[in-house]
Amino acid sequence: MISIKEVEHVAKLARLSLNDEEKLLYTQQLAAILAYFDELKQVDTAGVEPLAHSLAIDSVMRADEVIPPPGAELLLSGAPCRQGSYFRVPKIAE
Amino acid sequence: MNYEPVIGLEVHAQLKTKSKIFCGCPTDFGGTPNDHVCPVCLGLPGVLPVLNRRTVEFAIRSGLALNCEIAEVTKFDRKNYFYPDLPKDYQISQFDEPVCRGGHLTIAGKKIRIHRAHLEEDAGKLVHAGAAGLHGSEYSLVDFNRCGVPLLEIVTEPDIESPEQARLYLTELRNILRYIDVCDGNLEEGSFRCDANVSVRPVGQKELGTKSEIKNMNSFKAVQRALQSEIERQIAVLEAGGRVVQETRLWNEATGTTFPMRSKEEAHDYRYFPEPDLVPIVIDRKWVEEIASTLPELPEQRRSRYVSQYELSPDDATVLAESKELSDFFDAALSIGTPAKAAANWLMGPTIGYLNENKLGFDSTKITPENLRDLTAAVEAGTISSTTAKQLLLEILASGGNIANLIAEKGLVQISDEKGLTEIASKILIDNASQLESYRAGKSKVRQFFFGEVMKATKGKANPQIVNKILDELLTQNT
Repeated sequence: MISIKEVEHVAKLARLSLNDEEKLLYTQQLAAILAYFDELKQVDTAGVEPLAHSLAIDSVMRADEVIPPPGAELLLSGAPCRQGSYFRVPKIAE
Repeated sequence: MNYEPVIGLEVHAQLKTKSKIFCGCPTDFGGTPNDHVCPVCLGLPGVLPVLNRRTVEFAIRSGLALNCEIAEVTKFDRKNYFYPDLPKDYQISQFDEPVCRGGHLTIAGKKIRIHRAHLEEDAGKLVHAGAAGLHGSEYSLVDFNRCGVPLLEIVTEPDIESPEQARLYLTELRNILRYIDVCDGNLEEGSFRCDANVSVRPVGQKELGTKSEIKNMNSFKAVQRALQSEIERQIAVLEAGGRVVQETRLWNEATGTTFPMRSKEEAHDYRYFPEPDLVPIVIDRKWVEEIASTLPELPEQRRSRYVSQYELSPDDATVLAESKELSDFFDAALSIGTPAKAAANWLMGPTIGYLNENKLGFDSTKITPENLRDLTAAVEAGTISSTTAKQLLLEILASGGNIANLIAEKGLVQISDEKGLTEIASKILIDNASQLESYRAGKSKVRQFFFGEVMKATKGKANPQIVNKILDELLTQNT
């Protein structure tokens, strides 16, 4: 089971601000999800390789070659705030 | 009470690839901010990272050089945290299946165990406006050029017992990575960075004390000083009956102390989970063997070869092997017939002196192995004095040239003509009657004065052995 406190903690880590109603709702929904995992745990997985990815492919890699990037101007054009060639962000800490 | 420190180090080594770890952007240092950036390293929606094969190769290469076990299967995970230098709000790193595990390296006879080495991407660079640091700054500027640059994080076990050992470990590790050509080890440009974990405990106690993590050290000397300062601080806390708090502290080079970093997030709770955009990597044993077969001689092997093959002292072998370029040159000079001892002396003394004085790396000098062979041969044959040879060496280091030509052009040939030197020496004895008097009165040190005068008169070109022989004869005759 999961407590409201844990939901508040996870919400804080994820930078989500939740009202009391939402906290209650998510606590119930997360509890249901976790309960489903408990159900999954009952499956006998002896002899089954752990799975880190849902695709049955591995070892996709590319050669170490430079692809010229589009340049700062284009990428900065979508920025809400810039200064010169930098992205500008609000105050980080007091 | 007596305390002992327990130290573990984490090194972030930038891998020398042309392109970033998950996209094709260049890894060049500097450049216009945000010019080496694309939608992948900015984490824009809908992009797909693809792993750079060379980063895995370099991780394997490093693991082999550090005696690690290379994983059969390795995978990437997301390490989640919020900070403006991280555009995706997670860093792609490796959590439970790193490329390398369980190695070691040896410094001064002591084995330092390596816990693991894993691949990850670097973050961007922040410039805090209107303040010296983060705090008090009204806003910050972000340059993502470094974001996605491949790093190998190498973590030791807590095996290091002193700040001096920490420095030795870092020196050796950097050396190894440079020898195997996976990292340029440039501290100024941040391609070799170190964080330290340190705790203290009463001597004899088994359990570890509470540790702190120290960051922001920009040189090996700084690591050594920061550890010393932190060890002293922790001991003082314990002696005063207090408790060490587990925290991250920053080193301040100017004050020579560490201070607590205000935490950017409550506790470290990175909520790692497998990176769904990257598939697992199966590391074929044939690939590992191939890489192993191309590993060059490592610093430790080279040092012991210098001791056993050329009878150099262990200290001399260490000095020579510390720079791969310098010791490659040493080997090249020996392979064309330069005597080992002489080559070692010319390289360790005047050459390293010249490099340190001018803050240069060996590869920026103009000297060739043939130059060193010709120089030592000329000294051996008595053609030039060692004083002249030293001047010649410095000139060759700076501007290059041909030893035989330079000797001829500059008239540097040593004067070994006994008759001529006897005439010069006799005249000096006559011209300096009072010194001769005191020499006869028993002041044997005056002999050095006469020697110096002969050298002065010949502009340093007189063969010192012959001058000594002549002085012996003349001074005996005159007594």
